[in-house]
Amino acid sequence: MPKYALYPGCSLEGGAIEYSMSTEAVAHALGIEFVEVPGWNCCGASAAHMTDHLLSLALPARVLAKAESIPGVTEMVAPCAACHIRFAAVEYEVGKHQDLLGEINSLLEAPYTGKVKIRPFLDIFSNPEMLALIKSKVVKPLTGLKVACYYGCLFVKPPKVVSFFDDPENPMSMDNIMSALGAEPLPWPYKTECCGASTALTQEDVCTKLCNDILRIAKDSGADCIAAACPMCQQNLDMRQVSVEKQYGLKYRMPIPFFTQLIGLAIGLDAGKLGFKKLFVDPVQVLQKVGA
Amino acid sequence: MGELDLTHALEKNRSFVDAVNEATGCDIRQCYQCAKCSGGCPGAYAMDYLPNQIIRMLMLGMVEDVLKSKTIWVCMSCNTCTTRCVRDIDIAAVMDDLRKEAIRHGYTEHARNVIACNNSFLWTVRTWGRLFDAGMLMMFNMDTGNPMKDMQFALPMMMKGKSPIIPIPHAIKGAKEVKKIFKKIKQEGK
Repeated sequence: MPKYALYPGCSLEGGAIEYSMSTEAVAHALGIEFVEVPGWNCCGASAAHMTDHLLSLALPARVLAKAESIPGVTEMVAPCAACHIRFAAVEYEVGKHQDLLGEINSLLEAPYTGKVKIRPFLDIFSNPEMLALIKSKVVKPLTGLKVACYYGCLFVKPPKVVSFFDDPENPMSMDNIMSALGAEPLPWPYKTECCGASTALTQEDVCTKLCNDILRIAKDSGADCIAAACPMCQQNLDMRQVSVEKQYGLKYRMPIPFFTQLIGLAIGLDAGKLGFKKLFVDPVQVLQKVGA
Repeated sequence: MGELDLTHALEKNRSFVDAVNEATGCDIRQCYQCAKCSGGCPGAYAMDYLPNQIIRMLMLGMVEDVLKSKTIWVCMSCNTCTTRCVRDIDIAAVMDDLRKEAIRHGYTEHARNVIACNNSFLWTVRTWGRLFDAGMLMMFNMDTGNPMKDMQFALPMMMKGKSPIIPIPHAIKGAKEVKKIFKKIKQEGK
């Protein structure tokens, strides 16, 4: 049974609670064991890396050090892409400049040694063994559901930092998961285009424009829904979709489920337990298509 | 822009370019202006100078124009430029460094919202160890003089159980350790 340290990140406790619910439910059904990192702190996100380089490394390093205290764990996952890259950045930077390790550890109570490695969250579902297992567990195939897989930026870019095998321009790991579920992943060009991230707060018109581009291209590509892998992207596309529609005088009503919610549906888990009601855009047509 | 003595400009600005290279771990002099960074930049349409122009301007000594630009505050750190750069320049890291330099030099005309966002975010992390989003949004809205920003989402967030009815921050176990990280970094003046 695969066992990982889990870094939920701040959004999975609130705004992206459905990502948390579905991750937990799906992991349970697939026999994946997650151990939450005890006393985890915020990774610092872009606020830290825009402010101070060392701060942006020390905050995630403290989490990795805490994960090292979990017995029998060698890998940690962060479902949020924006968190993921902060941990990957620690590994990348320390790998490049060994002297950084001492600098970082002078700020921490327990030292970070690098014993626990960050693993892309998508990868623990899209690796060949797990993909085969998921396929074997599908009881309600998502037949006919056209899914635009949206990876966002920070699981795949830049590849030398995130150390994900997937293509930064045309990633396929989530598409492969969707195929395993019986859905139809769409070839579309906006898989890794930016949603605007925190410009939702700082320059709303930029965020609205970028989200409109993503929603429009997904719709034009024939998508029934956009599957998300990052809580920040998901919130911009889902919660703020109403602002996009108002701004551009359009009606998308495009459901933005997390990919874990779709896995859960296909393997027959209860839609309520997967948090579908938490989505802002009603996912009714997605649920109807699979008879859930 | 008037006439420019290129040799002189390149020489004069060696130290700033060197400092950017040092901070970002890449060599921006490798840039040959293919402009792939700008072609793929999702924020380019809202910038006053394109990312490739910023790199060239640094070389030409237009440091002040760069640090006063909108561009560095529009950049969303999506890393598309860094991913695509054929000269292995970490343009997103360059933008990060330029933002820090701009703040250091007091060029914050276009930075008000971004600074307010980062400060309110980090204030909650420093205080409780994790992001306290209601507190962050409140402080951000006050700082930016826009108290009603995003308030239309507050009620639906509560109804969906995504935010508590009365938001109360909870400190993590070991919040003091996090506080200490912030304090030590401030002391070291980094």
